Amino acid sequence: MATSKVEGSSSLRHAFGGVLSVFILLLIGVVAFSIRLFSVIKYESVIHEFDPYFNYRVTQFLSKNGIYDFWNWFDDRTWYPLGRVIGGTVYPGLTLTAGTMWKLANSLNIPLSVETVCVFTAPIFSAFAAWATYLLTKEVKGPGAGITAAAILAMVPSYISRSVAGSYDNEAVAIFALIFTFYLYIKTLNTGSLFYATLNSLAYFYMVCSWGGYTFIINLIPMHVLLCIVTGRYSSRLYIAYAPLVVLGTLLAALVPVVGFNAVMTSEHFGSFLVFIIIHVVALVYYIKGILTPRLFKVATTLVLTVGIAVCAVVVAILVALVASSPTKGWSGRSLSLLDPTYASKYIPIIASVSEHQPPTWPSYFMDINVLAFLVPAGIVACFLPLSDASSFAVLYLVTSVYFSGVMVRLMLVLAPAACIMSGIALSEAFGVLTRSMKFHITKYFECSHTEAPAKLGESTSTESSAPLENMTKSDTTEKPEVARKEKVARRKQKKEKELTENAHVKPVSAKKEKRPLVLPLEASIVSVFLLIVLGGLYVLHCVWAAAEAYSAPSIVLTSHSHDGLHVFDDFREAYAWLRHNTEVDDKVASWWDYGYQTTAMANRTVIVDNNTWNNTHIATVGTAMSSPEKAAWEIFNSLDVKYVLVVFGGLVGYPSDDINKFLWMVRIGGGVFPHIKEADYLKDGQYRVDAQATHTMLNCLMYKLSYYRFVETDGKGFDRVRRYEIGKKHFKLTHFEEVFTTHHWMVRIYKLKPQKNRIRGKSRKSKLGSKSTSSKSGGMTHKNPWN
Amino acid sequence: MECRLPFSLVVFCLVILSSTVRSELVISSVEKFVDLHSHIVRVVSFLKVENQGPYDVSEFVLAFPDAQAKNLATMLVIYLEEGKIIYSEFPINSTKPKLKQSNMTFYPVTLPKKLEKGKTAGLDVYVVLTNLLKPLPKEITQAESQLLVYTDNIYYTSPYHIRNQSIVFRLPGRIESYSEYSEMRLVESELRYGPFEEQPPFSYSPVVVHFENNNSFAVASNFVQEIEISHWGNVQVTEQYTIIHGGAHLKNGFSRIDYQANPSMSGASSFRTLVARLPPMSHSVYYRDEIGNISTSHLRGDSQGTQLEMELRFPMFGGWKISFSIGYSLPLHDFLFESDAGNNVLNITFGSSIEEIVVENQIVRVVLPQGSKDISVKSRFTTKKSQELKYSHLDIVGRPVVVLEKDNVVPEHKRYFQVYIYYKFNNIFLLGKAMMLILGIFLLFLICILYMHADLALSKTSSWEEETEGRK
Repeated sequence: MATSKVEGSSSLRHAFGGVLSVFILLLIGVVAFSIRLFSVIKYESVIHEFDPYFNYRVTQFLSKNGIYDFWNWFDDRTWYPLGRVIGGTVYPGLTLTAGTMWKLANSLNIPLSVETVCVFTAPIFSAFAAWATYLLTKEVKGPGAGITAAAILAMVPSYISRSVAGSYDNEAVAIFALIFTFYLYIKTLNTGSLFYATLNSLAYFYMVCSWGGYTFIINLIPMHVLLCIVTGRYSSRLYIAYAPLVVLGTLLAALVPVVGFNAVMTSEHFGSFLVFIIIHVVALVYYIKGILTPRLFKVATTLVLTVGIAVCAVVVAILVALVASSPTKGWSGRSLSLLDPTYASKYIPIIASVSEHQPPTWPSYFMDINVLAFLVPAGIVACFLPLSDASSFAVLYLVTSVYFSGVMVRLMLVLAPAACIMSGIALSEAFGVLTRSMKFHITKYFECSHTEAPAKLGESTSTESSAPLENMTKSDTTEKPEVARKEKVARRKQKKEKELTENAHVKPVSAKKEKRPLVLPLEASIVSVFLLIVLGGLYVLHCVWAAAEAYSAPSIVLTSHSHDGLHVFDDFREAYAWLRHNTEVDDKVASWWDYGYQTTAMANRTVIVDNNTWNNTHIATVGTAMSSPEKAAWEIFNSLDVKYVLVVFGGLVGYPSDDINKFLWMVRIGGGVFPHIKEADYLKDGQYRVDAQATHTMLNCLMYKLSYYRFVETDGKGFDRVRRYEIGKKHFKLTHFEEVFTTHHWMVRIYKLKPQKNRIRGKSRKSKLGSKSTSSKSGGMTHKNPWN
Repeated sequence: MECRLPFSLVVFCLVILSSTVRSELVISSVEKFVDLHSHIVRVVSFLKVENQGPYDVSEFVLAFPDAQAKNLATMLVIYLEEGKIIYSEFPINSTKPKLKQSNMTFYPVTLPKKLEKGKTAGLDVYVVLTNLLKPLPKEITQAESQLLVYTDNIYYTSPYHIRNQSIVFRLPGRIESYSEYSEMRLVESELRYGPFEEQPPFSYSPVVVHFENNNSFAVASNFVQEIEISHWGNVQVTEQYTIIHGGAHLKNGFSRIDYQANPSMSGASSFRTLVARLPPMSHSVYYRDEIGNISTSHLRGDSQGTQLEMELRFPMFGGWKISFSIGYSLPLHDFLFESDAGNNVLNITFGSSIEEIVVENQIVRVVLPQGSKDISVKSRFTTKKSQELKYSHLDIVGRPVVVLEKDNVVPEHKRYFQVYIYYKFNNIFLLGKAMMLILGIFLLFLICILYMHADLALSKTSSWEEETEGRK
């Protein structure tokens, strides 16, 4: 927008605009990077949450042992005794990216630790993502919309929540990869260049490396292609944009160990192959149409259709039979829960137990995309004026991502770029219209006050220099789609424009027809601009607030503000540090799977289950142990070689996400595999409670005991500050476990399994007693005898 | 006690062996004070030496049983003549033990002035010993106090005849038990044995003190200090510690409720904080470990020094281990001086900045600026020295690193020992990196300009595209 106002000769204006855009983009990058540093400034430069700790650990391994060992890495520190093949089950994009960055820095003798690189990977890639958004939106609606969209994306809270400094998760790089892949697809679609098509498949490859969400791309792009074909927009550009992507992209995707043959075997990818076939059929039809006479073509069509439909029916029947024969219908559980939002809660408690897999609430939309929610509809309208291949893609992207975000909170992240692009388009168009009408009024004002000649000159220059600006359709008061379109068109090659005209995508003719655009009154446009600026300001304020307050907490360090200042709860690291230094290297630690990654990364101890929930039975075993009485639990843990059991307990300080609150999932998952655990035994009036009304089973299960062991001694009553009542069973002793460590605020409690007692039975018991007495006697003797 | 028999046998042999050589010196009186307040045993002995032989004597031999000699961290000898300090030296590291018999180590001290016949001189021997206090019982619960055993010779171990001697143990608190002798007195926390008259050389009779000591038993099993010099005016110090509570091991686990409910009774032998005394003008202090910042610490600074009070991640009980690192920056001009020969002289204090800590193995790495030459190290005690290269901050040829390694370091090393490192450095190298960056950015722009102006296309018109489009 700013660039378009620059006056002067066309080339100078162009150069100045270019420099200004580069500068603005640079600033946007800086904003995107620095808004994510709140966590480092307010807390510290540390890896956040759970999954990032695993990625961090993998990166450490990679930087220490090199790429080949990384591919072959069998991790015996998790999922004991099964272990996990890390190299083959991890999306390597993030770790390889950070590892490369680290290696690059070190080869230049810049002493950065792996941790530092990991912490700042996400902010760096957010800047990249902002630039990618600029490119994508520029392809859709011109550079003005691009810059606006980039600025909006740089600070959209939804994206910030996943990419603050320290949030070293796959999404950190994947969102950039996603947007960039889309950009290259649109770019290929707009130019029909094989060069960009190849780049596109490489970008897709990077996306496949980075995140399981790549299936979104490989389904969205075919959908768009199909849409184009159905709406009669097939062109050779579309073919070039799609066919190489499927062929090269699938080949490359199969190279990633975690995907492998899934790239051709699972249902998630079938859509793309189907469309691949369709586009070839369509291409063939277009080709035949070109070489045949219309009458002959009609005959051929009927012939092919009758045979084709029959063949298709057979193939489809076989396919359906094949797919239906597999229990999950060839779809992974997570993908299925995408299609059917209630699937997970019905069949897979593990997926349902993750809070980020829950459907979002309305406030979370407002929290995560804020005013964009209102701008998006305007953006959609702008995309339809006129509808091009690129803008139809943007609309399709938005619609599908809105659906997915409604299924899973986590996928709000996919919606964010789409919402940003739409809002960027809407804002840019609105500003375009308003500033233009203001400019029109001001020129008219000068026209009246000054002599005729300069006014006319001014008018003519304005119509010449910014011809597209003046040639506006005024159908909608806020939407001004042609400008961007026109500017883009002007910048493109001649043949491109020709083709576009041929395809009747744009309507430059109609634009030329309307010489006098509809102009808003000066006052109205000034007020509107002001209101839009206020809206943008509110958005910025909200984003900064969200970045600073809502999303910057690393979750391993908690703080609370009290009357005597800031209070820090650093219990997790206290416990992990204790485990790291004061247990044997090969000791096994059992805890609920949430803490698996952190335990392996921070405490460097072997865990039974972790956040990579690949083995439901194993998790169910731990869940069963936690919900069994002490003796049974001891037996389960002992059979797993477990030496320490770690529980998270928030009752003393009021930390709500502790193990007692997660206990229902332990029971549910455990009971799903081991039927002797019945959820009903733990429920009182349909509720999990641990107060006096709790069931006997509940008050005797291991989790209850480990959480509340000697808790009553803190205040005499045993008042739980999370559940807000007094606990049911206050005084009890542990028979098979002993407390070895509890952190300062009791948030983490570590117990050790007591060693198995010697069998004392009948005769052996007697002799044992006898020997004991003799030994004590002889002990007495030694004191007297100086020679022993 | 159990080694009494062979020990006295050896002593007997030694007496025969050495009596001919050193019989002319006699120790007229010894008073030995053993300070058992912390886990570092500090022994001060005030000796009066008399030359009864026909010749002047220039050497005096100090003897230690091997058990002590092995754990001897440092020794300081002050030579007094008529009440005036004539000379002090540090014999333990400057002269290697020359004579070594089966279980006795001798340290010959060269007297600064020959002791004329018939004259008397004073010798104050200050010895710092580590690892000599053994916990008994070896394992205690959280509620119990830590009891330690100290074993020593009630007589002053010496190859000379001693006329009059006494030994005093200064204890931190309650005494559980102690060896009974006829000449002994227990006044509050001071246990005095003696005086004993006219003892032959190498007299030996064991004395065992079993006493309560709950002072922090911090032992750094590993301590790496890196001192990075920048001639832009900054010294960056990084210290990495692995600390073990060297006292009686904790049994039956740690109970937080007991620890919190009754702090005075429970966990008396544990320690929660360590205090580091950093040099004055320290700034940019950090305190962290491998999993992030440790959020509990206090920093107080005055002109004398900066005090960093570090609360550990968890209270340290017997046998527990923890590791962390601290770092700080110092102004260069306090440490770097210029010698006459145009050399830079770096004056560093050897030792840990944490108070009352035993360092089992200390490595000091002094990273000198890139381009330093003619490096030499001067220290008043022996250390393992080596040199290596370190690459950081866009280095090209690397920075020379002087590595000093020493075992068994106690706070006394910090007080009395300095290390001087001499090296030459041309200040023009300071500009090297700035120039490198400028050049790099210049090249980047140059390449950009060239790229923008160069036409890399093979043909001016993209004929193929036009052809294909035309065909349509």
